[in-house]
Amino acid sequence: MTLSTIPPRLPPEVSRTGISSGLRGMAAESPVSLILWFALALGAAWILPDLISWTLLDATWVAEDRSGCDPSGACWAFIVNRLPQFGFGFFPPQERWRAAVALIWPVAALAIALGPAFRGRSGLVAGALAAYPVGATLVLWGEPLGLRGVGTAQWGGMTMTVYVGTVAFVLAFPVGLVLALGRRSSLPALRVLSTVFIEVWRGLPLIAVLFISVVMVPFLLPPGTELPRLALALVGITLYTSSYLAEVFRGGLQSLGKGQAEAAAALGFTYWTAQGYILIPQAIRAVIPGILNTVVALFKDTTYVLVVGLFDFLNIVNAAVADPHWLGLATEGYIFVGIVYWCFCFLLSRVSARIEWDMARGAAREART
Amino acid sequence: MRLNRTKIALLAAGSALLLPAAAVAGPTLDAIKGRAELNCGVSTGTSIGKSTLDDQGNWTGFEADFCRAVAAAILGDGAKVNFVPLEFKNAFTSLQSGSVDMLARSATWTMSRDTEFALEWAGIYIYDGQGFLVSKASGITSAKELAGASICVTSGTTTELNLADYFRTNRMDYTPITVSSPDQSIANLESARCDAYTNEVGGLASYRLGLSDPDSYTILADVISKEPLGPVVREDDQQFEDVVEWTRHALIIAEEFGVTQANVAEMAATTEKPELRRFLGAEGEFGTKLGIPNDWAVKTIQTTGNYGELFERTLGSNSKANIARGVNTLWSQGGLLYAPPVR
Repeated sequence: MTLSTIPPRLPPEVSRTGISSGLRGMAAESPVSLILWFALALGAAWILPDLISWTLLDATWVAEDRSGCDPSGACWAFIVNRLPQFGFGFFPPQERWRAAVALIWPVAALAIALGPAFRGRSGLVAGALAAYPVGATLVLWGEPLGLRGVGTAQWGGMTMTVYVGTVAFVLAFPVGLVLALGRRSSLPALRVLSTVFIEVWRGLPLIAVLFISVVMVPFLLPPGTELPRLALALVGITLYTSSYLAEVFRGGLQSLGKGQAEAAAALGFTYWTAQGYILIPQAIRAVIPGILNTVVALFKDTTYVLVVGLFDFLNIVNAAVADPHWLGLATEGYIFVGIVYWCFCFLLSRVSARIEWDMARGAAREART
Repeated sequence: MRLNRTKIALLAAGSALLLPAAAVAGPTLDAIKGRAELNCGVSTGTSIGKSTLDDQGNWTGFEADFCRAVAAAILGDGAKVNFVPLEFKNAFTSLQSGSVDMLARSATWTMSRDTEFALEWAGIYIYDGQGFLVSKASGITSAKELAGASICVTSGTTTELNLADYFRTNRMDYTPITVSSPDQSIANLESARCDAYTNEVGGLASYRLGLSDPDSYTILADVISKEPLGPVVREDDQQFEDVVEWTRHALIIAEEFGVTQANVAEMAATTEKPELRRFLGAEGEFGTKLGIPNDWAVKTIQTTGNYGELFERTLGSNSKANIARGVNTLWSQGGLLYAPPVR
């Protein structure tokens, strides 16, 4: 009797498109492709000079208010003037370093994940993220640490976006995992409960979830109880995200095949050790793009916290655009928002690609040995 | 059967006892005093001249200051306001759920809103209405001169209907240029595709500032519709409603008697006028009857100034928006601002 061989994991295919290969292969390309390239170049030549002179050459970077801006170019002075507010919300200036800590913490964790490999790197990144909900809340709030207390109404801007996104993801991750296992459980009650939970929360629009958690929940509480609106919103977003993550994880678990669980059982693993050492690691590895997809969607959905009266990055810019001193600069404001959101989402997608690449390399090494 | 009747009678008697009790008791006022803060619902920082955020994160504008005025009346300190930014669609529900004590959020008082929701408008603090924005170069100075003009208007709004009504009433012709957003209308006005842009005056003033050369455009003084804006409170708390209503009255009375932010303290100490003495708490127990300190009016005027000062600072000639007061002047000067006497 021979052991059946497991097919080695193949490294992801490297895409062969892109500008450089496009230019190199131009001679060999079809006339249609050449015409497209030509049209693209023409379009760029038509739009680029205006774009560059508006965004850079005629732009104003320093001014007191809009009247100080050159009307022929972009008024970036507005962004420069409001940058601390866009970044840190309404944190008192001398306490802004705390908002900066909460903002940079997850970004630094991602940067480490993207940086050169070292021993214990993934453990460090995971630990930093796991500690974030409690750590960042303490740093921002401040009172338990003996710092000056800053109420949630003063949190805002990019700090709020990153805080809500990270906290909701970190808390939703284990909840989602448990829900996914519950939905695949052999215990009918557990299975039904998990399924109902997932379907209910996934079926509600996030905006409705937030509205319910902040407007309707106070109706149910004894009068006089006042919970921070941010806490209610975080619970809502976490439950919502966990139902999405649960389905992503279930996809990963279902891709494994029965043999894995059966082999683990035959080797004497219990349910939990089999899940913990064999099934879940493989399942997560299989669904990293799906997880990242959920994270990017979550990151952008955080803007709905406006429903509960909190200013995330987009809405703090939205409010600044209405400042009588800077009226009429919506274009500059939204271009800035777009660029920042794109940078964050691109960083996330790079991290995902990096993890996949590392794993493919690891799998290739395993296959060789 | 008999038992049932007794039950019903008891219930009726019980509710008859409960209803006035609920109207007199002031849970909102007690809650505000308990937390030493007024939860005031404002716009999400987008209501120019009424509630916006400055670069320090402070709320500014007419409605933000009205919140401060109410806080000053109750707590003696205009800084004790917790501003809760609310989107319009959530505002009324948030008020009903108790998340906020009141709204100062450009809510137009209409009959259906007043009757359908369990809410009350505690008076009117701005009489807004639909107006016209024209270029100064056009030489138009009154809405009556708009006969034959092309007018930019946002499609599908009550503004569009009001516009049609106005021109029909005055037997004038016009060409409506309907687009879907105010920004497009502003662009059309700027490229002279229309002679005038119509919207609520408060909105026009802000859109005007977004033009590349705001100073060459002006808002006509004529107003063709009613948009009464006022603070909104819950229906079940008469006492708090009275406090908000009298804060509004205090701003008007102060302007009537020439009481200003600068002279209010001195006036309170030295005035001989009986009504002024009652108003400023030197005589009588008028504040106590409202459930607030007797010097409530002094604190309010110290915080925001009288109505005229408040308006000019946030919306009027001392502000960027530079809106004419129009009917938002005292009744004695031909306006609509009128307050009951303190007696």
